[in-house]
Amino acid sequence: MIKIVKRDEPSRAIFFFTPVLAIFLTLVAGGLIFYILGFKPFEALKFFFIVPIADKYGFSELLLKATPLCLIAIGLSFCFKSNNWNIGAEGQLTFGAIVSGGVALLFYEQEGFYILPIVILAGAIGGMLYASIPAILKTYFNTNEILVSLMLVYVSKLILDYLVVGPWSNPEGFNFPETRQFSDSARLPLLFEGLRIHAGIFLALAAVVMSWFIFYKTYLGFQMKVSGFSLKTAKYAGYKGKKMIILVFLISGACAGLAGVGEITGPIGQLHREVSPDYGFTAIIVAFLGRLHPVGIIFASLVVAITYLGAETAQIFMQIPKYTGQVFQGMILFFLLASDYLLFFKFKFIGSNK
Amino acid sequence: MHKLFIRSFVSSLVFLFTLTVAAVAKDVKAAFVYIGPTGDHGWTYQHDVGRKAVEAAGFKTTYVEGVPESADAERVLRQLANSGHDVIFTTSFGYMNPTNKVAKEFPNVKFEHATGYKREHPNVATYAARFYEGRAILGTIAGSMTKSNVIGYVASFPIPEVIRGINSFTLAAQKVNPNIKTKIVWAFTWYDPGKEAEAAKALIDQGADIIAQHTDSTAIVQIAEKAGVYAFGQASDMDKFAPKAVLTSVENNWGPYYVERVKAVANGTWNQKDTWHGIGDGMVVISDLDSAIPSNVRSKVKKLQADLASGKVHAFTGPIYDQKGNLMVAEGKTADDGMLAGMMTYVKGVEGDIPK
Repeated sequence: MIKIVKRDEPSRAIFFFTPVLAIFLTLVAGGLIFYILGFKPFEALKFFFIVPIADKYGFSELLLKATPLCLIAIGLSFCFKSNNWNIGAEGQLTFGAIVSGGVALLFYEQEGFYILPIVILAGAIGGMLYASIPAILKTYFNTNEILVSLMLVYVSKLILDYLVVGPWSNPEGFNFPETRQFSDSARLPLLFEGLRIHAGIFLALAAVVMSWFIFYKTYLGFQMKVSGFSLKTAKYAGYKGKKMIILVFLISGACAGLAGVGEITGPIGQLHREVSPDYGFTAIIVAFLGRLHPVGIIFASLVVAITYLGAETAQIFMQIPKYTGQVFQGMILFFLLASDYLLFFKFKFIGSNK
Repeated sequence: MHKLFIRSFVSSLVFLFTLTVAAVAKDVKAAFVYIGPTGDHGWTYQHDVGRKAVEAAGFKTTYVEGVPESADAERVLRQLANSGHDVIFTTSFGYMNPTNKVAKEFPNVKFEHATGYKREHPNVATYAARFYEGRAILGTIAGSMTKSNVIGYVASFPIPEVIRGINSFTLAAQKVNPNIKTKIVWAFTWYDPGKEAEAAKALIDQGADIIAQHTDSTAIVQIAEKAGVYAFGQASDMDKFAPKAVLTSVENNWGPYYVERVKAVANGTWNQKDTWHGIGDGMVVISDLDSAIPSNVRSKVKKLQADLASGKVHAFTGPIYDQKGNLMVAEGKTADDGMLAGMMTYVKGVEGDIPK
């Protein structure tokens, strides 16, 4: 007989094992879905997960795609670890892109080594400003940060719409909703000739190192962890809760804003209505899949990035509907949440003689 | 004997050559990049109908749907160019810069960009349809059938393409009914059933008894059906979604152009050009007219359709005045393509301002 028993405390080994289990189950379920749809499951999985990154170019595209996801997820891990549910990274990304794009347009056709740093900084500040809204409303007016941050996503997209349709639209562009192309001085440099991977990846790596340092080497990281486990304990210990809430939101907003900068000054090179294919929302999956751990997030961002690339390849070569990519992302999150059950419960085998 | 040998040798060479040419022609592969799902029953759906026509003509095709206009578009284009496709149709305005960028890297692949204006490399062509001709037909029907003299119009983005449609529609409606007013709601989306439905409801509340749309979903005709007002289908024949409300639809018919261009690639006669076809070339098609349209209106529509097709009538024939009463096109003159391409002012009879 098998009995389900509650664990005394969550298992540490299983904590890091369940993401792997979730990915495995996603592959099995994905193969099954391909089979039901009438495709050869192993061939489909090969086109989904191996073919897109089989060459140098494919691998560079994987890194390009993973960069914003990693950056945003690192920022979100600050919020999530400390019990602050920032769902609006997409809005912070968009607003960061707006501010940095505005600055880039200001320097249109100007030269200077100082332009790019200003553009990058503007994006981080834009993201921080936008993240400070739910943070301040939460700390001083007790509003729910989930709702506020989520709703602000739509506001930011409308602001972007307004700007690219109206005042910032390309004067030579027949009023199509897009700005001018930024000058080279405002673009992130490419790392290799012929590949799209750009210097933004260093921003992501810096964020990874910074988050590791803060989480595990500083008093602030400790405070965040305690607040995450129990807000009451944190209060009892005398931590300045409000300050911390605002700080984690600012960090998170800065990371999302930088992700926006990476997109518009990297591969896109201008502002238009579709700066991000919902990176801010997908990064929530990445953060949880990576267990809010800096290294885990790196791997998780690569895994989720490949579902985008794989979906394209599978459609080109096997005519599998591209939207299966989103199905895979959904399945990963579903299996992860489901297997978290194992964190708190275990199966006990009870012999029949007992 | 010797002569015979040479003759048979030459003829077999010719035969071989034709075989190779035929084989090459058969091998041409076309790819299509779509902004939405193939099942949207609007813009993307119609492009996919065109792709199927290319398949039916004996060519292999590939498509990728739901490609965002973000940094992803460039990767999809490069992958298609890299995997043996000879011609790539990019069917949304936002693919313009990625299309030109990737075209530079693949000079042997032909690129066809819909609705754009940049042809930076010799292997990039652009194409679009003169939808405004179809909208003149809709305007004629709307002007004849409205009782409230208020016509609602759900618009997407304030770009020349859409403004031109509004103007053409309004001018045609005024010709049959000088008292009509066109009320616009800007949805700022090409495809968002929720927003489009809200916009349609708002227009109906303001007294519109006919709703035209320049967005792609079937939400508007369905709202019209419920409210008991008339509407027009967009991009595809939307009659089956609202049989009572839909008077007719303007269909985008890309198939003939796609087949022609893929064949041109196969024959080696493909050239860079900017195509802008209307009713006459069959790129813009008017669906069957609903039985609710009385016979006198029907004959007016048929005549206008024939005249637009033959070029006897131009949808923008003067005198045309803007909202403030300034002359845009003088009497007896017609607007040239340059003016149409940059049209950013409403004609008289349209209510409201263009969002800036």
